Amino acid sequence: MSRSIEINLRVNGEVVHATVPSRLNLVDFLREELSLTGSHVGCEHGVCGACTLTVDGDTVRGCLMLAAQADGKEITTIEGLAENGQSAQLQAAFTKHNALQCGFCTPGMLASALGYVNTGGSADRDAIRQHISGNYCRCTGYQSIVNAICDVIEETSV
Amino acid sequence: MTGPAHIFDKPNRYIGKPEPRADSARLLQGRGSYVDDQKLPRMAHAAFVRSPHAHAKILSIDTQEAGAATGVVAVYSGEDLAEHVTPYIGTLTHLTGLRSMPQHPLAVGVARWQGEPVVMIVATSRALAEDACELVYVDYAELPAAVESETALDTGAPIIHPELGSNLAWERDVVAGDIDAAFAAPDVHVVEREFRFGRHTGVTLEARGTVCDYDPSENQLTVYYSGQAPHMMQVIFSKHLDLPEENIRVISNDVGGSFGIKIHTYGDEIATAAAAKLLKRPVKFIADRFESFLTDIHARDHIVNAKMGITQAGTIVGIDFDDLTGIGPFSMYPRTSAIECNQVLNLTGAPYVMENYRAKGRVVFQNKTLMCQYRAVGHPIAMAIADGLLEDAARKIGMDPVALREINLMADDSYPRTSATGMKLDDLSHKRALRKLTDLMDYDGLRARQTLARRRGVYRGIGFVSMVEVTNPSPMFYGIGGAPIASQDGAIVRLDAGGALHVSSSITEQGQGTNAILAQIAAGVFGVDLNRVKVTTGDTATTPYGGGTWASRGAGIGGEAMLQAAQALKDQVLEVAGVMLQTGVETLDIQNGAVTDIDGSVRLTLADLARTVYYRGNELPNDLKPELIATRHYRVTDFPFVFTNGAMAAHVEVDIETGFVKVLHFWAVEDCGRIINPLLVDEQIRGGVVQGIGGALYEECHYSADGQFLNATMADYMVPMASEMPEITIAHIETPTKTSVLGAKGAGEAGTGGAPAAILNAVNDALSPMGASIWQMPMTPERILTALDKVD
Repeated sequence: MSRSIEINLRVNGEVVHATVPSRLNLVDFLREELSLTGSHVGCEHGVCGACTLTVDGDTVRGCLMLAAQADGKEITTIEGLAENGQSAQLQAAFTKHNALQCGFCTPGMLASALGYVNTGGSADRDAIRQHISGNYCRCTGYQSIVNAICDVIEETSV
Repeated sequence: MTGPAHIFDKPNRYIGKPEPRADSARLLQGRGSYVDDQKLPRMAHAAFVRSPHAHAKILSIDTQEAGAATGVVAVYSGEDLAEHVTPYIGTLTHLTGLRSMPQHPLAVGVARWQGEPVVMIVATSRALAEDACELVYVDYAELPAAVESETALDTGAPIIHPELGSNLAWERDVVAGDIDAAFAAPDVHVVEREFRFGRHTGVTLEARGTVCDYDPSENQLTVYYSGQAPHMMQVIFSKHLDLPEENIRVISNDVGGSFGIKIHTYGDEIATAAAAKLLKRPVKFIADRFESFLTDIHARDHIVNAKMGITQAGTIVGIDFDDLTGIGPFSMYPRTSAIECNQVLNLTGAPYVMENYRAKGRVVFQNKTLMCQYRAVGHPIAMAIADGLLEDAARKIGMDPVALREINLMADDSYPRTSATGMKLDDLSHKRALRKLTDLMDYDGLRARQTLARRRGVYRGIGFVSMVEVTNPSPMFYGIGGAPIASQDGAIVRLDAGGALHVSSSITEQGQGTNAILAQIAAGVFGVDLNRVKVTTGDTATTPYGGGTWASRGAGIGGEAMLQAAQALKDQVLEVAGVMLQTGVETLDIQNGAVTDIDGSVRLTLADLARTVYYRGNELPNDLKPELIATRHYRVTDFPFVFTNGAMAAHVEVDIETGFVKVLHFWAVEDCGRIINPLLVDEQIRGGVVQGIGGALYEECHYSADGQFLNATMADYMVPMASEMPEITIAHIETPTKTSVLGAKGAGEAGTGGAPAAILNAVNDALSPMGASIWQMPMTPERILTALDKVD
């Protein structure tokens, strides 16, 4: 039913060797095998964005990628972003603007926002709304999230 | 003695300040603790075989192969668990005549909706449990399904519970005045519409789930619960799993959204607890998204025929309507599925002076997912009926909808009073709210630009709602009917040896900022810096007994209990300080973590006081026995609910070629009494508005004629995403409720309750030049084109 595959990868800077079932997806691997529970599972079909993380610098849905496909890759989860300081500005802005409520979408939302900011996204509110439209938030009205991302871009560009 | 009058204007005054939440840092670093993050030793995982049919007799179940599959620990059928779990019935005595039938965690004999759990597999991993589900063979004989509520009461319709003789669960009539005579009077115009409100659901981003851990050595069940009412669940597990209440601990850590979804009794969660007890080891069940769509409670599903009578001069003479709502095959336990209809009957037209009122509600069983209380229970229906008809009537008599509201809204100085349906109302501000709203949105300018746009063939619409919201419910909501649901809440405030406060409360945190406002209230009332308050909520073992956070009650009820407890602790600390300093307590205060003179000069730090009490009691007189801990409980008395009010407006553009609606802007003026934290309130109202827009424009559970849920994925069920949502401007009026010192009313449901009516009115305003209108939600492009007679 489930063939195993050996993988070698780096997760948040640490070298990981593992033998994983071929059907195991990346986010389940991170959560269940590595106890990196900051990445969340919301829909398991790539729509809600709760499992968004970074693979070799690209923003990726952790539920649409198999753990086996992560062989040789560099994965950064929310825990890694918090640890290495990359998301510090966004974290501060999200706090200031109350851009989170239950917090379940937040790790994925931050990863998407970071992708936008790091690729030189502008402080254009419509553009930001377009960019985060792959991340579902049921609690906020999205406005505070847009405010937070705008703030970071405007601070950075000063 | 410091009195309550001082607490809103003193050092460490946090009530009313936009303080960021302390717990956001944890959530932003991926350090949240949600149910699925729990990992316990020997933990097994549950998966369920669910009915593929809306209605079917279960002829046989073959679990032999599944039981032998890799990793399988146990397999349970409905009959197996029925031996260990007593059935439950979702009725309450104050909803006179409400009928339902006993429900089991897994279907026994007959499956009554697609998705009803039939067989439970417990295995060493979720993947292996799901593998084994594939090896369970259930032989069903399909039965005719009662799917549509409209035909559920017809002669010859399939009867879901033959013992009841029909699919009618509940009905109620409300009559005030003489509506027939009022409508027949000369000079009265009557507008009449059929409203349809589609079924939608909560779509919490974190799906439902539970981890249940049973320890046979102490006969102790610990439940990690993603939900809103830990003490209610404690009673339910006790009652139906035959365990003493005190042997059940329910813990809610972080909850990934709830909105009323996670406050009910779900068979798969009860089955998980039963399995943990039978297997004497922890069992986890986390619903996947498909299971969430099929089994989380659904909401709305109303068909309403409604009339409003109005004089040519613009006086509303009355409302007459008939509401039919489908609730699935059972009334949900323990809150029942009749509350939403009851709210519609009670709340429709409540902002308006009206003498004549007639409403009939019927609640029917059907073979769809169970329907129950989701955010803003009944409000979107009630507001859309009254304000939809009001703006329809305004068009009929050629009057501006704001002017028409000015004539009919209850005057701000006319309280206390009752609504046409007898609801007690006080401390409301409809007219001030509407005026503030029209100023905020530049109503006249918007109308002028609308006229110009129409000349260019651009169809924009402006729609309003004036609304009430039920908040801070008293025991009249559930407790009176026999539900194990507390209407009071408790707070404990403890001064620790280091001079910090540890507070706990029975209200719960699902992201609203409950913990933050509890800390603000305690810090401000007692007199310490905000960062010296630690908060515990969501644990039946360590918090006072209470209801939890739902029905917009957390701040108003739990907040008041915290205020009273902090005040009581302050009085107690000052008594100790008075003895230690040989000073009258009336000359002392607590500010910035120290006992001070009234002028603020420091006499004794709280740490010094607490260390003396805890470590060196020998320095105190023997008859002084300080506790440095205070508990207070609070419930609303004299009123069944504390109503709030608000006025909202939507500005939309309808593309008459494609039927698409773009919401250009949304405004909300809310009067939730005293605001504890505007930063939290504003975004919570915005989130509520977005959920309301979802119901108005996008969200619908589509069913086939034979009861198959057709769009149970997030790709097919449309939820609002950032790019479709407008900027939302929020403003407030603060009319504190006189029922408490704090003066806070609820705010959590206003947006969801009001936005659908405002959007409906805005779309109909946009369509009015074509003589078209729409009365069905969600207002999809296809339905709008149908209303425009552009498609069949």
